Amino acid sequence: MGNKQTIFTQEQLDAYQDCTFFTRKEILRLFYRYRDLAPQLVPLDYSASPAVTLPYELIGSMPELKDNPFRQRIAEVFSEHGDGNMTLDDFLDMFSVLSEMAPRDLKAYYAFKIYDYNNDDYICKSDLEKTVNKLTRNELTPEEVSLVCEKVIYEADVDNDGKLSLADFQHMIVRAPDFLRYLVSLITTTEQEKTLPQRTNI
Amino acid sequence: MLQTSNPDFTGAEEGYSSCGQCLSTTTVHHTDTKEKEQNTDKLTLVQDGSKHVLSLRHGVDEDGNELAAGIEFDGEVETDTESEEDEVKDKKTNKQPLRETGRASRLQSKKQEKDKEEKEDKEEDESKEEDNGSQQNRASRRKNYQRRNGDGKKAREERSQKKGRGKTAPNKDQKESENKEKKTTKRGKEGENKQKKDRKNSISSSSNSSDEESLSEEELAMLKEQVEQKKKLISTMRNKPWRMVKKLSVLREAQDFVEKFEGALGKGKGKKLYAYKMMMAKKWVKFKRDFENFKTQCIPWEMKIKEVESHFGSSVASYFIFLRWMYGVNLVLFGLIFGLVIIPEVLMGMPYGSLPRKTVPRAEQATAMDFSVLWDFEGYIKYSALFYGYYNNQRTIGWLKYRLPMAYFMVGISVFGYSLMVVIRSMARNANESTTDGDDDNFIFSWKMFTSWDYLIGNPETADNKFASITTSFKESIVDEQESNKDENIHLRRFLRVLANVLIICCLCGSGYLIYFVVKRSQTFSKMQNVGWYERNEVEIVMSLLGMFCPPLFETIAALENYHPRIGLKWQLGRIFALFLGNLYTFLLALMDDVNEKLAEEDVVKNITHWTLLGHHNSSAGNDSTVTPPPLDPADVPRGPCWETTVGIEFVRLTVSDILVTYITILVGDFIRACFVRFVNYCWCWDLEAGFPSYAEFDISGNVLGLVFNQGMIWMGSFYAPGLVGINVLRLLTSMYFQCWAVMSSNVPHARVFKASKSNNFYMGLVLLILFLSLLPVAYTIMSLPPSFDCGPFSGKKRMYDVIQETIELDFPLFVAKIFSYVANPGLIIPAILLMVLTIYYLNAVSKAYQRANAELKKKMQMQREEEKNKRNNKASTNPMLQDLEDLLTPSTKTESPPKQAEDKKTESQNGTSPVGKPGRGEFLAGSPMAGGRGAAFTPPSQVFVTQPRTLGARAPHPGQPRPWGHPLGPVPGRGRGQPCYPRAAR
Repeated sequence: MGNKQTIFTQEQLDAYQDCTFFTRKEILRLFYRYRDLAPQLVPLDYSASPAVTLPYELIGSMPELKDNPFRQRIAEVFSEHGDGNMTLDDFLDMFSVLSEMAPRDLKAYYAFKIYDYNNDDYICKSDLEKTVNKLTRNELTPEEVSLVCEKVIYEADVDNDGKLSLADFQHMIVRAPDFLRYLVSLITTTEQEKTLPQRTNI
Repeated sequence: MLQTSNPDFTGAEEGYSSCGQCLSTTTVHHTDTKEKEQNTDKLTLVQDGSKHVLSLRHGVDEDGNELAAGIEFDGEVETDTESEEDEVKDKKTNKQPLRETGRASRLQSKKQEKDKEEKEDKEEDESKEEDNGSQQNRASRRKNYQRRNGDGKKAREERSQKKGRGKTAPNKDQKESENKEKKTTKRGKEGENKQKKDRKNSISSSSNSSDEESLSEEELAMLKEQVEQKKKLISTMRNKPWRMVKKLSVLREAQDFVEKFEGALGKGKGKKLYAYKMMMAKKWVKFKRDFENFKTQCIPWEMKIKEVESHFGSSVASYFIFLRWMYGVNLVLFGLIFGLVIIPEVLMGMPYGSLPRKTVPRAEQATAMDFSVLWDFEGYIKYSALFYGYYNNQRTIGWLKYRLPMAYFMVGISVFGYSLMVVIRSMARNANESTTDGDDDNFIFSWKMFTSWDYLIGNPETADNKFASITTSFKESIVDEQESNKDENIHLRRFLRVLANVLIICCLCGSGYLIYFVVKRSQTFSKMQNVGWYERNEVEIVMSLLGMFCPPLFETIAALENYHPRIGLKWQLGRIFALFLGNLYTFLLALMDDVNEKLAEEDVVKNITHWTLLGHHNSSAGNDSTVTPPPLDPADVPRGPCWETTVGIEFVRLTVSDILVTYITILVGDFIRACFVRFVNYCWCWDLEAGFPSYAEFDISGNVLGLVFNQGMIWMGSFYAPGLVGINVLRLLTSMYFQCWAVMSSNVPHARVFKASKSNNFYMGLVLLILFLSLLPVAYTIMSLPPSFDCGPFSGKKRMYDVIQETIELDFPLFVAKIFSYVANPGLIIPAILLMVLTIYYLNAVSKAYQRANAELKKKMQMQREEEKNKRNNKASTNPMLQDLEDLLTPSTKTESPPKQAEDKKTESQNGTSPVGKPGRGEFLAGSPMAGGRGAAFTPPSQVFVTQPRTLGARAPHPGQPRPWGHPLGPVPGRGRGQPCYPRAAR
């Protein structure tokens, strides 16, 4: 790699490395991924930190996100103004949290934010209903949805206030057996090539 | 609340500004070493006064460095851990009085600057939340010095306590300033930061000139501590849930700070080392990850299996994982048998045609190469190293003096030994794994809701499947939930289950009888000449047909039972296993009949052979006694039936036909059907895909059992047909690829995608069972049947295991034989077995006890959880009372405190804002010097407990407005679970 790249200054790269879970190589790769979304918008020189913001439509169409039912919510949580439009900083932030190196607590915190649709610092029943409907593509009947939500609140609500606080959420989620695998999105340039083969039927 | 916290705010600010001042002086001090030397001259002047100060400062030093408490400093230096530091300290003592005198003037100058700095500090505060606590500490500490120089110990204690609290407690003002920060735009803020820094630099340079007196030891310690904190902040920056902008700016500030002061502290080298360490840690993590990746890449077919799993769920993948495991085991067996038996025989044994047992008999030679004969494993294949009969009973072969019969016997045993060991070990490991995950059933729905989506899914089709499987799993759980609540018509269900079991037992008996009948018939066929292809292969055909049609029948019957699919699968597995087992054992019994017949036949042939050889010898001897007689051609020697090879051939045939049937079933039942459904659907009267034929589901139970059953035959047959394992390895290899392809191309996921049980111990249990069952007949034949007289490595011996005795007698010293004979004594074996049984009993009892204890603990935890819930409820109800109490008390605080407030501002701020009532707090308050003055104002911890969350509740949620970003993660969870109750009470 060397010092050939002229996108960032050395200080910028170091700072990004300190603020994310990525190596400089990965940061550059992420930058190219970011730029590939809109080559006409994103300049190749970021040393002056230009204020470029990509709209949600582009971010949400990334292969890592496009099949994710929560993609809009993720983009909103990580974008600066909560509208899903992302700067490069937000973009790096997002993938840093989604990387497998990120610790549980950080992931749990952001997972909480993602599920907290109305931003009131609690996951209440309406948030849960939204989550269930997104996960099942509205396949469940309203009765089933409300049953599920009630069960979730019954299980995870330690303080009996009818909604999940961050503490409740963390208490519940760090015990999940496959939580480490959860909220992980591997970003690689090879990801795009490595699409799974199509099945002949269905 | 706001009112009470106001003084804190200003206090903190003041503290911070003064602190900034000291920091700026630090550089001065350290760069100007000359001045320091000058100061040392003054040491003598202030000696008597400094003693006290020294001790105090020493405490501070410890405080700052390691917070070691408990050492008494009553006005004198009692203990000193670092003797070399003493000198430095002594040198620095003299600075204290200097500072004391100069403090007044300095404070004044500070006050002037304060206004200027106030704004800046506010902003500084937001970003340096972590340090803030300590900074405030320092500020208050300073004040305390002025007031209570004498009370060194208490002051220190206080300080350390405050520090602890300060760290956990982000202040009110921080939050306020944070809110402010949110309003500033990113761009503007960055600019501001820069400006700020410039300003700060200029201030420090100006103070350079004004504060000529250098900093003290105490300040140095603080600085050190601060630098450490900053470093920690830098290294944990990525763990902070902040926006990148904020992270970047905070990082830059922290880095600047560290860079500026680390050099001052002579820690430049340390920084390098630190950086190096960090780099190495990073590299190590990366290496570990790469290594993990490499490891997963090395696992064969991992990607293939993952692919299948992503489409068909873990239950189908579990079959392939099992297949892979089986392949591994077979590969080892293959290595054992080929490396130690077949290859030595081929390389060093007598060549083909040298012995009667290694030659095709004259009568068969004409057709020995025909495909139809070879296909039946007769002809040349029968007389090859693949079968038992080919091996010679020569004790040693080749120049290595390789003891082949011995090796043959030992390998035959170790095949079983190794298999048993592997199966049991993996079972134990699985059991361990399955017991490690504790409270599984507490959060079924929560986990399903929050962790079921796999964020790695990057393929629309997989995503579709995932949606479907999540939906079904939700539905399943809902059904379970509803079922556990109501139980309707249990009698009907019970009746249906009994009926299903009766039907299945009938099926099993019928199939068992059918096989027995067919085997009997085949024995009569084998005696007849000119039997057709069907007659010869009747047994295999019937067994394959049974294997093909019974499982679907069972499945249809099992539909009556209405089990959960996971339990249903186990039942299905058990039933098909019984079917296969019955088949297998019927087959074995028939085979035993065959063997017994062969043994009887052998006696006759033995005589004939003997006489033939003798006669040939005699006749040749009679012709001319000088020349050795030309040996009788090995092809002409009459030979016995060699029952071992017959058995081996039976197993090989069965295996091969099983492979063929499996593959053809897959091709026809899955692939052709899928093609038919797919392409004929265009011109058909009804929808084939949704309607009758549809696509096939992957038959987990059938495939698993096919594998297990097949493995049983390998174990049984491998002693008599060493080449069987090679065939099996090939089979597993091809079936891995073939079945993966078939699944992906022509199967659909199950209608109810269910999660496989974590440990596939059920499969393992089946394997263990079949291993044990297949061990029995082999052990029986080895122990109680005489080997054939003219074929195989044990020919000429009474029993096969005689080879061991022979080796011991001939190749080992005498005492070994003696020991062996003692060990083999039943008097020793029976107690050993008894001991083993007792051990098993004991261990079983112990494990039961543990299990019970485990269950008990689980129950206790559950109860505790419930209790906690109840407690919270109660607290929520009692909270208003506390609130009233607090309302009563606050006015008194206000009325009483003002006179004291001026000097106690800081301490109060510390106490008032700390959110968590620390256990040792009450004592501390009582023991603190200001306790007398503040006793009334200072309410018991419960009040503090109540007040803090309320401030939060008052300011936090604004519905409809996006929640402030950059709000730190720390305080919220750290506040304890009681927090969410309070807002409700406060409103």
